[in-house]
Amino acid sequence: MKKTMMLGTLTVAAVAAGAASAQTVNDITDRGSLNCGVSTGLTGFAELNQETNRWEGFDVAVCRAVAAAVLGDPEAVTFVPVTNKVRFTALNSGEIDMLARNTTWTYSRDVDLKLEFTGINYYDGQGFMVPAALGVSSAKDLDGATVCIQTGTTTELNLADFFRVNNISYEPVPIETAAEAKQQFLDGACDVYTTDASGLAAQRSSFPNPGDYVILPEIISKEPLGPLVRHGDNEWGDIVRWTLNALIAAEELGVTSANIDDLAAAPGDNPEINRLLGTEGGLGEMLGLDADWAVRAIKAGGNYGEIFAQNIGEATPIGLARGLNAQWTNGGLLYSPPFR
Amino acid sequence: MAEPRTAAFVRHDQLPPSPPPAAETGVIKWLRENLFSSVLNSVLTLAALYCIYALLSGFLPWFFNGVWDAESVRDCNEQMGENRGGCFAAIEATWRQMVFGIYPNDIYWRPVTAFVLLWVAFAPVLFQAVPRKLLYFTLLYPFLAYWLVWGGTVLIPVLALLGLVVGYVVYSRLVDQSFAMGFLGGVLAAAIFWWLSGFITSNAGDVLALREVATRNIGGFMLNMILGVVCVSLSLPLGIVLALGRQSSMPIIKWICVIFIEFVRGVPLITLLFVANVVLAYFLPPGTNFDLILRVIIMITMFAGAYIAEVIRGGLAALPRGQYEAADSLGLDYAQSMRLIILPQALKISIPGIVNVAVGLFKDTTLVSVISMFDLVGIIRGPILASTEWNGVYWEVFGFAACLFFIICYGISQYSQWLERQLATDRR
Repeated sequence: MKKTMMLGTLTVAAVAAGAASAQTVNDITDRGSLNCGVSTGLTGFAELNQETNRWEGFDVAVCRAVAAAVLGDPEAVTFVPVTNKVRFTALNSGEIDMLARNTTWTYSRDVDLKLEFTGINYYDGQGFMVPAALGVSSAKDLDGATVCIQTGTTTELNLADFFRVNNISYEPVPIETAAEAKQQFLDGACDVYTTDASGLAAQRSSFPNPGDYVILPEIISKEPLGPLVRHGDNEWGDIVRWTLNALIAAEELGVTSANIDDLAAAPGDNPEINRLLGTEGGLGEMLGLDADWAVRAIKAGGNYGEIFAQNIGEATPIGLARGLNAQWTNGGLLYSPPFR
Repeated sequence: MAEPRTAAFVRHDQLPPSPPPAAETGVIKWLRENLFSSVLNSVLTLAALYCIYALLSGFLPWFFNGVWDAESVRDCNEQMGENRGGCFAAIEATWRQMVFGIYPNDIYWRPVTAFVLLWVAFAPVLFQAVPRKLLYFTLLYPFLAYWLVWGGTVLIPVLALLGLVVGYVVYSRLVDQSFAMGFLGGVLAAAIFWWLSGFITSNAGDVLALREVATRNIGGFMLNMILGVVCVSLSLPLGIVLALGRQSSMPIIKWICVIFIEFVRGVPLITLLFVANVVLAYFLPPGTNFDLILRVIIMITMFAGAYIAEVIRGGLAALPRGQYEAADSLGLDYAQSMRLIILPQALKISIPGIVNVAVGLFKDTTLVSVISMFDLVGIIRGPILASTEWNGVYWEVFGFAACLFFIICYGISQYSQWLERQLATDRR
């Protein structure tokens, strides 16, 4: 029933969106600020600073980079916190210009909901956390384990599939919220807690003895997370897509917030850096922006690696390793198409 | 005459009463009578004592081992070491957001002033002893509070108020001819006035302007208070009108009221909130900036109004038929009999029910967290529990929220009981 209603509203949304858009960049410029949908709160990815009321985090940094590219000011963002129940309607109704809210890129969202994913800024996947005392080193050793799992989510289905494929059994302990999960897991009501690996790391950082728990190496699902925009305005989609690519390419090319001023001052030896930073070629004009757009985007929070390290990297309490999110040159999956 | 009798010993004064047996006095008697008067009561007492012990033995160490000064939840855990306790430093670090949402730090004085003045405005409504002249301030208060909380030019609330005045003047001129004419004329005049004043405010946007605060930044307990106070205040008159309309002998009015009440009562509040947030966005013309808080207020008011209408209908039904007939026999018209005879009695009977709805409504305002508004629950579940510093500090912050709600709801309940005692003039 609820689903039918949601789909109904989304259909209306799609019709309305098709008629309304194609001028997103002009709207943003007129308004003087980018309306960016973010999570209402996700450790490391979207956080509201308690002192300054400023939004910070890994997803938030994408919004700031786009605002810097389009408007020249990384602070010119109106952050619209959206729950996962209203996120797509907020985007389709035009309340927000883009959504950077750890949203998994799936077929039905891309095709059926008329959304356009503009890239992947974090490769996540479902993982397992167990107490170190259990002495388990692989998820395949978990035969007969009790597993804390949030009901009604895709993680539940992934879990069932994984255990069936490996022909081992488990006993689910259904829970409703992350808060309940923490309580149950710490009290020993379940041997294993499973959710997205980034969420596991964030949860573990709040435990009294984080070192007593290990996250197993198996990742049993693909959860590519990325920013997205509406169907129907490809110019705007290109700007978001290539801003993200600029951040990724900057890391690959060794352009950091420390050396970008020198590199952007004059054309250097590397033609791709020159094209990226606008000292050569006219890539900015093709996007409808000026030549410095990528320079501003990278200066907003640094290149991809810097943003990662600052918000969720190993030096932070969350302590995520780069893993799949390393550059392709380092064995990861980050691979920006060339700037030429 | 008989000889006076002689006796070896005659007691002159009364013996002092001997103390009652130990089992019939003091603490022991009280215990026997109240806690151990029968086998069943003894068992229940022991069970209750065990429950209290179990609760306190969990709660007290948690409370007294708590850390009140820490940088983050990890710092808390380090300071506590093996003694598990609460991380109350989280409340100290986040209470600003829990109370004010994302409201700018340097102008907290504005909502605080509005909050203090709220009680001044409420005083003449709630207490008979307060001078009646203060009611004028009550009428002004909504506009003053809007200006203080949202900021912007003072012209907007002033012109909104003037529009109401214009509407009222037109109404009172025309109402002699007929009520419908007066009502329509008043609404029309106010609408025209507001439409014209739109040109003034768009050109003179900085007259006595306070810094504007976006609706999105209004949150925390402040948002719950705004929604609760506004919606209860508006839903009471709406409920009275609906209740009277449902009893009307005019079929169209009656059926409109019945359908409205039954429809709204048959739909969960959360659905109405989704309609306010999501669906309305599609039906309104593109570019209209219809404030989200206003949309939510309309929906919650409708919802509470329908419930209050049914409560008041119960009060109306409880009045003896003779009261209606007495009013008629005095020659009072419909409005007079309602205002002077029926409603004062019906509303008094309805007080417990109305308070029930009001308290429930106040707590229901936390549902707006589902449509991504940062009310008290929304800001705890979102930014506070997700922050790197305070990730996972559930009991402490939710306990703080529960305290805030308890204070208000218990206050409402106590006031209503006091009011019932004040109004108890009959049939007891």
